[in-house]
Amino acid sequence: MAHPTQLGFQDAASPVMEELLHFHDHALMIVFMISTLVLYIIVAMVTTKLTNKYILDSQEIEIIWTVLPALILILIALPSLRILYLMDEINDPHLTIKAIGHQWYWSYEYTDYEELGFDSYMIPTQDLASGQFRLLDTDHRMVVPIESPIRMLISAEDVLHSWAVPSLGVKMDAVPGRLNQAAFIASRPGVFYGQCSEICGANHSFMPIVVEAVPLEHFEKWSSLMLEDA
Amino acid sequence: MAETIDDKIKNYRTAPFDARFPNTNQTRNCFQNYLDFHRCNKALSARDQDVSPCEWYQRVYKSLCPSSWVGKWDEQIENGSFPGKI
Repeated sequence: MAHPTQLGFQDAASPVMEELLHFHDHALMIVFMISTLVLYIIVAMVTTKLTNKYILDSQEIEIIWTVLPALILILIALPSLRILYLMDEINDPHLTIKAIGHQWYWSYEYTDYEELGFDSYMIPTQDLASGQFRLLDTDHRMVVPIESPIRMLISAEDVLHSWAVPSLGVKMDAVPGRLNQAAFIASRPGVFYGQCSEICGANHSFMPIVVEAVPLEHFEKWSSLMLEDA
Repeated sequence: MAETIDDKIKNYRTAPFDARFPNTNQTRNCFQNYLDFHRCNKALSARDQDVSPCEWYQRVYKSLCPSSWVGKWDEQIENGSFPGKI
């Protein structure tokens, strides 16, 4: 989850998010270098006593400051396209989970084998137990097995919502009447938080998402328990 | 196919990748499998054949389709108001 005064991304919990993180570092480094260079040039221009009123044209510098930006853009585009195609690869999911947005909670359905479905409401601030996170924790978490490709199918029952979990690198709009597919792999066990990312009414800020990634045996135990309770 | 349909149903894990629906929008994937299940049932039982191969389509649509959609469509089929052609 995010921590106070955080500026960068949350730690990645999926291979795709790791790639995105590294790409962002790469692109930001280029941006910082260009900005530093430009700032230096501006300061140098402004603080010099030297003048030359007779400059007309200069082939060499024109070539340099055309070719160099083109190269830099290619250096940014190639990793970017690599990740784009990586995210688009055909994957063979082990599990399909449906996340359906309502005003103002998410419901999850695991229907590959049995009909498991449950709602996930935010825990109201006054009901928080010690150690729980305000506006982030929910009564039921979406539990997934680690290191398994998961297919998420996102939809909504009433208005637009959006299912987002930053550390997994997933954000997908929940549109009524439409089924949107997103995929991820939870590389490590943990609890990952997200929030509804499309304005959906009064309690849009109060319908968070909690994904709990656990080893497969724990996932199987959890789903049997949930089926019994239902 | 190397694997018979019975084996595929027995080893079912989740709906596999369907090349007819390669993109983000899987709405039609869900609806098509729902239709195919009912059409399969209708076609096979009309010829007094075993309807167990149709279970594949049922497993797939149950994996993909939200339960509320399935409930609504089942009700529409009972009422005779289902918009798809079966």
